[in-house]
Amino acid sequence: MAKQIVQITVNGEPTDVLVEPRDSLLETLRENLEMTGTKEGCNNGNCGACSVMFDGRLVNSCLVLAVEADGKEVTTVEGLATSEGLHPVQQAFLDKAAFQCGVCTPGFLIATKALLEKHPNPSEHDVRYYLSGNLCRCTGYHKILEAVNAAAESMREGA
Amino acid sequence: MAEKKQWRVVGTRSLRPDGMDKVTGQAKYGSDINLPGMLYGRVLRSPHAHARIVSLDMSEAAKMPGVRAVMTAADLPDIASKLQELGESVADLRDESHNIMATGKVLYHGHAVAAVAATSLHLAEEALKAIKVEYEPLEPVIDVRYAMSDDAPLLDPARKMRGIGDEDGKPSNIAQHFQNKRGDLDKGFAEADYVVEREFYNATIHQGYIEPHNATAQVHPDGRVTVWCSSQGHFGIREEVAEVCKLPVGMVKVVPMEIGGGFGGKTKVYLEPLAVIMSQKTARPVKMWMNRTEVLLATGPNPGSLIKCKMGCKKDGTLTAAAAELYFEAGAFPGSAVGAGAGTIFGPFKLENMQVDGYDIVLNKPKSHAYRAPGAPNAAFASECVVDELAELCGLSPLDFRLKNAVKEGDRRADGPVLPRIGLIETLEAAKNSPHNNTKLAPSSGIKRRGRGVASGFWFNGAGPASVILNVNADGSLTQISGSADIGGNRASLANIVAEVLGIEPTDIRAQIGDTDTVGYTSVTGGSSATHKSGLAAHECATKIKEEIIKRAARIWETDAENVVYDDQSGAITNKADAEKKLTFKEVARQANRTGGPITSEVSVNSGGAGPAFAVHIVDVEVDIETGKVDVLRYTAAQDVGTAIHPDYVEGQLEGGISQGVGWALNEEYFYNKDGLLMNASLLDYRMPTMLDLPKLETIMVEVPNPAHPYGIRGVGEVCVVPPLAAVGNAIYNATGIRLYNTPMNPPSLLSEIMKSGLAELPEASD
Repeated sequence: MAKQIVQITVNGEPTDVLVEPRDSLLETLRENLEMTGTKEGCNNGNCGACSVMFDGRLVNSCLVLAVEADGKEVTTVEGLATSEGLHPVQQAFLDKAAFQCGVCTPGFLIATKALLEKHPNPSEHDVRYYLSGNLCRCTGYHKILEAVNAAAESMREGA
Repeated sequence: MAEKKQWRVVGTRSLRPDGMDKVTGQAKYGSDINLPGMLYGRVLRSPHAHARIVSLDMSEAAKMPGVRAVMTAADLPDIASKLQELGESVADLRDESHNIMATGKVLYHGHAVAAVAATSLHLAEEALKAIKVEYEPLEPVIDVRYAMSDDAPLLDPARKMRGIGDEDGKPSNIAQHFQNKRGDLDKGFAEADYVVEREFYNATIHQGYIEPHNATAQVHPDGRVTVWCSSQGHFGIREEVAEVCKLPVGMVKVVPMEIGGGFGGKTKVYLEPLAVIMSQKTARPVKMWMNRTEVLLATGPNPGSLIKCKMGCKKDGTLTAAAAELYFEAGAFPGSAVGAGAGTIFGPFKLENMQVDGYDIVLNKPKSHAYRAPGAPNAAFASECVVDELAELCGLSPLDFRLKNAVKEGDRRADGPVLPRIGLIETLEAAKNSPHNNTKLAPSSGIKRRGRGVASGFWFNGAGPASVILNVNADGSLTQISGSADIGGNRASLANIVAEVLGIEPTDIRAQIGDTDTVGYTSVTGGSSATHKSGLAAHECATKIKEEIIKRAARIWETDAENVVYDDQSGAITNKADAEKKLTFKEVARQANRTGGPITSEVSVNSGGAGPAFAVHIVDVEVDIETGKVDVLRYTAAQDVGTAIHPDYVEGQLEGGISQGVGWALNEEYFYNKDGLLMNASLLDYRMPTMLDLPKLETIMVEVPNPAHPYGIRGVGEVCVVPPLAAVGNAIYNATGIRLYNTPMNPPSLLSEIMKSGLAELPEASD
């Protein structure tokens, strides 16, 4: 299958990548760009482990083709921390022990950031509703809820 | 140790050593590996539940673009029948090999038939379509009752039942029958005022870890093999790869990658040998990972089971006798968790007269494997629902009934051994005193019916070999290398222990998992054994470092080691001979090379003394009687956790157990059609709890230290999934007066019972 070059701005860095039209954004991030922070859990949009920001929208990167990402901005878990330190969402998940195996965590971090940027002071139901597209099998979500609340508070204070 | 003690670091919520990598995406899981020249392997799987492979032609596939290797079962060495310990189960290696790739017959939907390795994933997938397989479909055997009948087709015509003198010598799908028996059953039931006998069925379910199975193999020119994979025990994976590929174990190195959940399911090989064989064929690294459908179709789900349970008690609630028959669906090959199910079914109850019969049955489903307290949740669903009925007949609260019959130290366990110090009574008391139990359930209104349920659970817990290495660095930090795979905070727990012994901080410790060439043998992270056994090794290893630090301080001060006092609370090192002299761990570490060379220690243990675990759960549910949907309103889990070395990750285990148990109780099942094909092999249709399905979770850590461990550790990870099925079932009964005997207790099955009961009526059909 003929390959083509697409330019994706990944975590602020314009990046040329050679892809097949059938390659998903998830595959392209993981296998071509070796940005393996974004995880594959189901590859059909059911688990949220591959969540990324796509031109400001929260998407499952397994359901986006790499060619669709041409000219678009993508933020992955690798783009959350800066030289200043962790993003408040990362810090809250770490402090609150909001993960065990950690494989769903990158998706939860991205989805939480998306939630809190839209809804800085979410109710418990808001959080549960917004994050219900992200599956976690280890935690029972209790500590994730606490982490999201802590991150929300921290982001409101920082705003 | 027996009494609960206060520690300085043990019991604190230190930040986990692997946490930073896991929130930044830097942690490397199995399929995150990318090697130069790497090929991608994919597996062709059976579209039939039961069929003979008439012919298998790989020639066209081998010629497809980008394909570098193809393989079938013929490429796997023929290995002899040999039993292998797999952590929480034992399997025949020959069966393992035939499960990894079908020979002659496919035995379940998704059974691996062939594999290819190509230069890209897509090319490998295209090549699968060019493989020509001719099948002769055979009648599938999906129902456990049918599997046992004389009419059922045999999965293996050569298999005869191993029994207890009841063998008839005829081929059978019943692989084994065993019996645990004590006392006089007839006498026990004759003494009973109330007897309840029920029959239960649990559908097959899956562990549901979010990370699919993966394996990358690189064969080196001298024949050595390196395997990178996510597993619950890389030493076990090394043994299995060596046995299945007929390699000396010393030629195989397994590098443990971060593991994205296991729950028992990642203690055996599926892809690893295939990647090794195709790497041998190509001299290139081969990476493989399953898609979600493959994970559900062809890994090792929890066995479905049919359980008959009969229990009797006097009017005052004293249990007099209990009997059970457990029929477990092993899947395509023998070796279900029926043994553990039989050993746990009456675990929390003091019984003089009991009999448990276990049957291991093969049928056309994937070979079942360990899932968190394997067999115990199936078993407890039966016994804990029967006990709920008996408690009601006696007019006792569920907690009081259990307190009246609770086992304690010195009682004989249902399956034989005498119990050491355990904390069931303390856990029942804690549940009784909990805010949840002392808050009245809000009344039902209209179609929403509320109820509360209680159940308890028992799990053996395990121990075994483990190894830990500590290297002291010049800046006073420590490198901790352990052999246990870390699924949910093991490194953090070990760092707490090492810091405790040495009077330093967990943040001074760089914790990692050693590969099979780096650290001594360590058995699988399973059976709730990892913190127990690696914790013991870490304690001994740190103690040796401490002794060496004392020697070095003595050398610096030119005094006898007996004069050196190392206070593990403050970390201060003082000299009895000279009160002016003071050192710290860091200061001694800095001078290591001037005082005798590097300070390192390595300890391997073969631990025994696992402390059994008990849990008591309380749940409030709300049943919508027009739809049969059950919402969980409130959930409290009390558990004897021994000592909570790291409370965050102990609570995490309890919370995770609740979540998996609620999913199991209400939604999860393998849904087979009449042809034996799995119809819901996706995470949309195999419905695990989302964040929206659960309330806040309340956990009560009861600490009754295990006297056989320096820190009183009991395994905590498994018993927490034992009570939820029955707790939810009992709550549904409390809400509706309807008892369900099958899991999942999903809306269709509950609604159908609601209709029969007259609790609600179908609305009139409208035009």
